[in-house]
Amino acid sequence: MTGLAEGAAVVAPAGSPAAWAWLMAVVPLVSAAVLLLVGRRLGRAAPWVAILSAGFSLTLAVWAAVWLAGREAAERTVVHTVATWLPAGELEVDWAVLVDPLAVAMSLLVTGVGLLIHVYSLGYMEHDSDIPRFFAYLNLFLGSMLVLVLGESLLTLFVGWELVGLCSYLLIGFWFDERPNASAAKKAFVINRVGDVGFMIAMFLLFGAIGSLSLVEVLPAAEGLAGGTLVAVGLLLLLGATGKSAQIPLFVWLPDAMAGPTPVSALIHAATMVTAGVYLIARMSPLYVQIPEIGLVVAAVGAATALVAALIAVAQNDIKRVLAYSTVSQLGYMFMAVGVGAYSAGIFPLLTHGFFKALLFLAAGSVMHAMADRGDIREMGGLLRDLPITGGTAAIGTLAIAGFPLTAGFFSKEEILAAVADTAGGEVILAIGLVVALLTAFYMARWFALVFLGPRRFEELDHPPHPHESPLSMTLPLVLLAVASLGGGVLNLDPETGVLAGWLAPSVVAFEQTAAIIGHGLLEAIAIVLALVGLAAGVLLFRAGPREVSASAAPAVRFAQDAFRVDELYRAAIITPGHWLAVGLTWFDERGIDGAVNGAGRATSGLATAGARLQTGFVRSYALAVLIGTVLLIAGLVGVWMAAGDGIVLTGGW
Amino acid sequence: MTPVLAQATEGGAAELWTFIIVGAVALGSAFGLILMRNAVHAALMLVLNFLAIAVLYAVLQAQFLAVIQLIVYAGAIVVLFLFVLMLLGVSREDSLTARVPGQKTMASVLGVLLFVSLAAATAGPFLGDASVCGSEEALTGTGDGVPCLGLAAVNAAEGNLRGLGFLLFTDYVWAFEVTAVLLVIAAIGAIVLGRRQEDPSELVEPGSTVLPARRGSGSAATEPGAGPTDADEGAATETSEATPSEGEERT
Amino acid sequence: MSVPAGYYLILAAALFSIGAVGVLIRRSVIVMFMCVELMLNSVNLTLVTFARINASLDGQVLAFFVIVVAAAEVTVGLALIVNLFRLRASTDADQVGALRA
Repeated sequence: MTGLAEGAAVVAPAGSPAAWAWLMAVVPLVSAAVLLLVGRRLGRAAPWVAILSAGFSLTLAVWAAVWLAGREAAERTVVHTVATWLPAGELEVDWAVLVDPLAVAMSLLVTGVGLLIHVYSLGYMEHDSDIPRFFAYLNLFLGSMLVLVLGESLLTLFVGWELVGLCSYLLIGFWFDERPNASAAKKAFVINRVGDVGFMIAMFLLFGAIGSLSLVEVLPAAEGLAGGTLVAVGLLLLLGATGKSAQIPLFVWLPDAMAGPTPVSALIHAATMVTAGVYLIARMSPLYVQIPEIGLVVAAVGAATALVAALIAVAQNDIKRVLAYSTVSQLGYMFMAVGVGAYSAGIFPLLTHGFFKALLFLAAGSVMHAMADRGDIREMGGLLRDLPITGGTAAIGTLAIAGFPLTAGFFSKEEILAAVADTAGGEVILAIGLVVALLTAFYMARWFALVFLGPRRFEELDHPPHPHESPLSMTLPLVLLAVASLGGGVLNLDPETGVLAGWLAPSVVAFEQTAAIIGHGLLEAIAIVLALVGLAAGVLLFRAGPREVSASAAPAVRFAQDAFRVDELYRAAIITPGHWLAVGLTWFDERGIDGAVNGAGRATSGLATAGARLQTGFVRSYALAVLIGTVLLIAGLVGVWMAAGDGIVLTGGW
Repeated sequence: MTPVLAQATEGGAAELWTFIIVGAVALGSAFGLILMRNAVHAALMLVLNFLAIAVLYAVLQAQFLAVIQLIVYAGAIVVLFLFVLMLLGVSREDSLTARVPGQKTMASVLGVLLFVSLAAATAGPFLGDASVCGSEEALTGTGDGVPCLGLAAVNAAEGNLRGLGFLLFTDYVWAFEVTAVLLVIAAIGAIVLGRRQEDPSELVEPGSTVLPARRGSGSAATEPGAGPTDADEGAATETSEATPSEGEERT
Repeated sequence: MSVPAGYYLILAAALFSIGAVGVLIRRSVIVMFMCVELMLNSVNLTLVTFARINASLDGQVLAFFVIVVAAAEVTVGLALIVNLFRLRASTDADQVGALRA
């Protein structure tokens, strides 16, 4: 196998798309800057600038993919150095792009879904007063994500990593004049920072051990690293990934991130940015292949997150929060896959999930658009008649995420389960994966049934909305994404021989198969049955509308509705002690440190006041002071003489 | 006269008696100077003191300085003092009690301390038998004090006045010339300072007999006609006459 | 019966101390000034005594300069006092409080 793990990178030939790949990131960034600076003057043309730049990036990504596909498999890892960024002694960071199959696959997803969501936003945001700013942020995000994906060194990757975090913050808080939005943005930012610290320390450790941050140099050197360093770096990178990808313990920000506009939820918080953690771990696969135990930790984190988020999703009533927890849960699935070393099986759902979760979010946005921004699914129902395109595409998305046979989600889920089944010690994770598969089908069916099926409950509201199908700019992306959700499976029909697996082979290093817990055929059958059961149960139970919760189950349901009270737990365990620590430190700062400083000042001032009182203005007082000094001086001199033994002779007449 | 006196007292009992009497006069007049309430009396005490010191100069074989002391100090300087006292008419001091509490006590204690320190520092080594000027012990150096040689030999060569003159116009000629300049400058300075200003009201601060208690009073005080002043009595009466209502209000 | 040189020095020290105390306890600027003159004279006495002790006329020359400078000082000082009186209508040193903090 040749690829990044062996450091077999080639320099991009001049004129090739790889040599131009940096424009993929730069053009949207420039466009964002233009929109931020003069966006308001552009008026109605502003969104089109953004869409054009997104289209440019997509075109470039497609070109790069085609070009790369035309090369020998061994020469598909291409590096192009644009400029030297940080020439600081030993640390020399080039601004270089790494064009390899993984990066191209990611940039295709980012630019493709990104472009669709740009188009969708054209319709969704048409009544907003701040369109240029919105599109500027979208473009900024697009560029940042491409910086992340194409980054050749960990540091450039980190820059993109931080930039997308910033975009996430900006876009969650896009309607910042409402307090909850602003705090949700802040929460996302702060929690992401926790993960970022892990990432940073991992970078420091790697630099300390290897002396470089360039992926081309770091990844081949991973083999020779000491065990302790490897474990530390692996766990720290996992911390970084859990922050960005909303995994336990840092998943609490993602549901709140739904405060942002729905296209943002679709683009950033479902399809692209949150997958950065998965991407990071896949990117660092030569490192993780050295430490399968840590990989198992990754998988365990993913499994736990998947289960918890799925359970919470069952009890949620907000149209977007269900999808948000679903995203967390699906990301947990991906972590399971990359944790057991099935990187193509991890990247595959990353792509398909990008399709169908973006589809579902956009459908949710379309529904909210039709329902005058109401989000409670208990107040909906029967919308399939009013919104046939939205409803139809949402149905496809639901089937895909549930793993209905032959949809994109079906193949990706099967591969993950199969990969877990091949890993020693993966029994519990496999069981959880199956349970989550059932739960996923169930809550998505519930979601679909409550929104699109059954009686039209919204007509009983005080001000019933009059739902209508969304404009073409919104339905077109829905249809395209629905097609991708249905047919995305062809990318990787089989874990070993699929297109994607072969494509990604130079970029990632898969683990060896270590066990065979269950036959793949049987597993497939079980998963299909679970998906069908879940779907059927969800539709049948919630077809007629929301159900009364029985008294015995009420506490559990409320517990799930409150997201397992994780926020409260964090508040009690971290925020409150932190608050008291801060209060204590503030007290210490004010009384202790400032007190010392102020005390010194006050003492000086007091001393000065006392000294000023000596300044009576009476010349004679000053003369007295002079005399005191004189006497002291002379007495001192006499004392010194006497001590020196020169002797003052008192004889004679005395 | 003075050389005779100096020679007569050389190392003899006469010098001791002269010293005792003249020293007592000097001390007494000094105390009188600082204790007399009337400034004119104090000035007279000063004259007495200067005279006593002139005598001591003569005894100490500084005949020229003794004369200078009489002419310059007792003659010119004290007369100048008296002249100013008469001119200003401030011979009486209101009281010796100080505004600053404890000033007098402190000054006295410090004065005693100063005296002890100075005496110990300067006079200490010169109290033995050898420090009797011109004595046998001083010349042979067998005494226990620091020997005092006496100026007899030096003065005998050319005389005190000629000796001083040689020194002034040889070794100290530079200092001598500078002193001349200093005197000229002092004269010019005194003239400049003594020159009367065109408008006296600019010189005299209103309410100057009262301590300027507040810092802000300065600006108000410089305003013309801000109020009657002690120094400008004519203006004050004019003001009070011009505004009788103000006086009525006060009464 | 003779006079050790130290006696003169003690007398000078006494006069100097008396002069210093006078400067401190008298309120009239003129009398304070007189006390300064007294102190100058006591120093002159010391100088002359030391001239005799050392059998050298240099001390007397220095005393001569002190007298000259004192004369100049008195000239200027009295002019200042006259000005002060014009300004304050008093020669009380405690009336001059401009240095008060």
